[in-house]
Amino acid sequence: MKKNFISLKELSERNIGLAPGHRACAGCPFPSIVRMVLSASDNPVVVANATGCLEVTSTIFPYSAWPVPWIHSAFENVAATIAGIETAFRVFKKRGIIPENKKINFIAFGGDGATYDIGLQALSGAIERGHNFLYILYDNQAYMNTGIQRSSATPFGANTTTSPAGKVIPGKLQDRKDITEIIAAHGTPYVAQASPSHFYDFISKIRKAFEIKGPKFIAVLSPCVPGWGYRENESIEIAKLAVETCFWPLYEIEHGVYKLTYKPAKKLPVRIWLEKQERFKHLINREELITEIQKKVDEKWERLLNLDGKKIF
Amino acid sequence: MKLKNLKKLALTGNEAAAYAMKQINPDVVAAYPITPSTEIVQIFSKYVADGEVDTEFVPVESEHSAMSVCIGASAAGARVMTATASQGLALMHEMLYIASSLRLPIVMVVGNRALSAPINIHADHSDAMGSRDSGWMQMFCENPNEVYHTVIMAVKIAEKANLPCMVEMDGFITTHEMEMVETLDDKEVQEFVKKRIPLYSVLNVEEPITIGALDLFDYYFEHKRGQVEAVFKAKKIISEVVKEYNTKFGFNFPDFVEEYETEDAEICVVAMSSAAGTLKEAIDLKRESGIKIGLIRIKTFRPFPYEILRERLRKFKAVGVMDRAETMSTLGGPLSIEIKASLYPLDKKPVIQNFIFGLGGREFSLEDAFHVIEIIENIKKGKKYDDVLYIGIRE
Amino acid sequence: MKLKNWKELPEGAIIKNTPTSPEFKTGEWKTKEPYYHAEKCTHCLLCWLYCPDSVITVKNKKIDVFLLEYCKGCGICAKICPVNAIEMREVEL
Repeated sequence: MKKNFISLKELSERNIGLAPGHRACAGCPFPSIVRMVLSASDNPVVVANATGCLEVTSTIFPYSAWPVPWIHSAFENVAATIAGIETAFRVFKKRGIIPENKKINFIAFGGDGATYDIGLQALSGAIERGHNFLYILYDNQAYMNTGIQRSSATPFGANTTTSPAGKVIPGKLQDRKDITEIIAAHGTPYVAQASPSHFYDFISKIRKAFEIKGPKFIAVLSPCVPGWGYRENESIEIAKLAVETCFWPLYEIEHGVYKLTYKPAKKLPVRIWLEKQERFKHLINREELITEIQKKVDEKWERLLNLDGKKIF
Repeated sequence: MKLKNLKKLALTGNEAAAYAMKQINPDVVAAYPITPSTEIVQIFSKYVADGEVDTEFVPVESEHSAMSVCIGASAAGARVMTATASQGLALMHEMLYIASSLRLPIVMVVGNRALSAPINIHADHSDAMGSRDSGWMQMFCENPNEVYHTVIMAVKIAEKANLPCMVEMDGFITTHEMEMVETLDDKEVQEFVKKRIPLYSVLNVEEPITIGALDLFDYYFEHKRGQVEAVFKAKKIISEVVKEYNTKFGFNFPDFVEEYETEDAEICVVAMSSAAGTLKEAIDLKRESGIKIGLIRIKTFRPFPYEILRERLRKFKAVGVMDRAETMSTLGGPLSIEIKASLYPLDKKPVIQNFIFGLGGREFSLEDAFHVIEIIENIKKGKKYDDVLYIGIRE
Repeated sequence: MKLKNWKELPEGAIIKNTPTSPEFKTGEWKTKEPYYHAEKCTHCLLCWLYCPDSVITVKNKKIDVFLLEYCKGCGICAKICPVNAIEMREVEL
């Protein structure tokens, strides 16, 4: 990934990110994610944003925090919206309205609701059609914008307002969908999983994605202070633990080739990550459930270790 | 009076729409096939494949994405067109409001078709009427020739008003009916529609803007007030563009309403789309037996030409209003409700009789039209009927 | 800020000349705020990278001023700092 390296000092000279004055919760990591994505681009960017926390908190009229052209239209269609913009850009070049050498990076931001669930169809369609854009999924693992309802990104056992941990049912009973694998199965030229905690890895992936023509997808973990239940200053640490426990492995699939981009020196037990979060509080004394979660994490990690370096399509 | 000999082509409504789109050669077409407007998408794809247009065609995976791609492309400043019908229009519903609120002049051809359930592929106006409050302009065409010319005019109207516009025709009846269409040259079409001058572009990276921000209670109302002002202003734009077109090419297309045999009429029937053709024929025959009836065909339903209708309908003793859709409100069809509202300020106003007809493609025959005219004539003479009558149904 | 009437707003409900959010001060949310020990700072820029509210500014690749009128007091900067150059202190009311 060396060629995609950009130092924090260089990044700081660009410093393209959300302007101050946005209304994201204190300690929310997605503004940092946005900064990494926008600053990593060597070209001007145009952003489309699905309905969700990021959209709502960054553009309360007349205050927009976006220093780049930005559009939001609805919840389930951000991939189609960016596809339309990218198509217009291509036709304008073809017709000589925009110079052929003009470069713009087209970026779509969507949360897990907009990506795993309601917007999956539009995303699938845009990828199949081969539009040239980078999709950034900021995954906070539930519908946080409407007040912490379960999504298909919500992990097994998590307490949400629609998968509450009750006297009989211990939170969400289903596993989360593996969206990264679903997108990879489309034959997408570049698919990756990243975490804001491992910024060097994340920024390198963003830069690599921008260099590849066609649809690109990066799932980045975005811990949520109120939704996951931890202290405001812990977002990056929580993200880091998700990686170190291998709950959220960092890897990429470039033109079909798997590559683990980070292997923890010592794989930590998932319990350490779970214990830090209120949403798993009810599981702490349920050893059998923790064991089940650990087993699933281990299986996925083993699978990735086996796939590392292999070409799947 | 025709200014020159126009090339005549035998085209169906769908073919006429696609042919107009070819001559317009828009920047982007994003569409999803649906009966009865599928052919528009098919024919246009072939134009693209044969290099007859250099439009970017986006074959999306749903109508929701069709309208979303249209919105993205239009917000980038592109000239954008699409086509749909029925369930497709219903699936787009959410996005229709966003297209109009963002003031994006997308032109969409709609082959009007019934809404499920029961699923039915034939003509009625349920789909269009579900969109009537979406902020789109809606122009209803009687035949393929009118479809062709209206598609061209709609591009200019939409882009001058910065509002989206639907060009509508009855499913199968018009979409699949072949008729002689008088066509313009490609060059004439291009010169008429000119280039789009967008309000803004999301591709302007030098001067970034934010499109589709969140409004709280402090701004939403102001933005909506601004939007309705644009619709008011669109009325003048529609009149001007239609007049320009008629003058330039020697036509006599209506902007808002077409009047037929109304001059000496005592009673009147109001209709839209293909039913007007049947009614015109019935009027000719009934006039021979002394019934003085005229027709007002509403061409532009949105914005609603209430001022014109109030002025033109006031002189009649009885008016029949033909609705090819139900509101399920028990108050009758949408057109009759809006006409009643339009006439309300008048001290002396005609009796309004609502007729619901043709749902799910039920034929509206000449006999049905005679029946309608006889009822309106009876009302003139003082006879009373139920507020809403269903024509052509098995009782 | 005086609210604009409907005739004064741009058509299409767009926001021009973005970003405009700096006109909205989020600093009043905080109960704690960062205190910066400049002498300890190695200018690794992690605090700049991770500050969610763009409070920490960088000039010539070095940490510059803290725009506390936007600081929500989350404390990520202090937590991420490898040399304890940032300390969270109670805001005096």
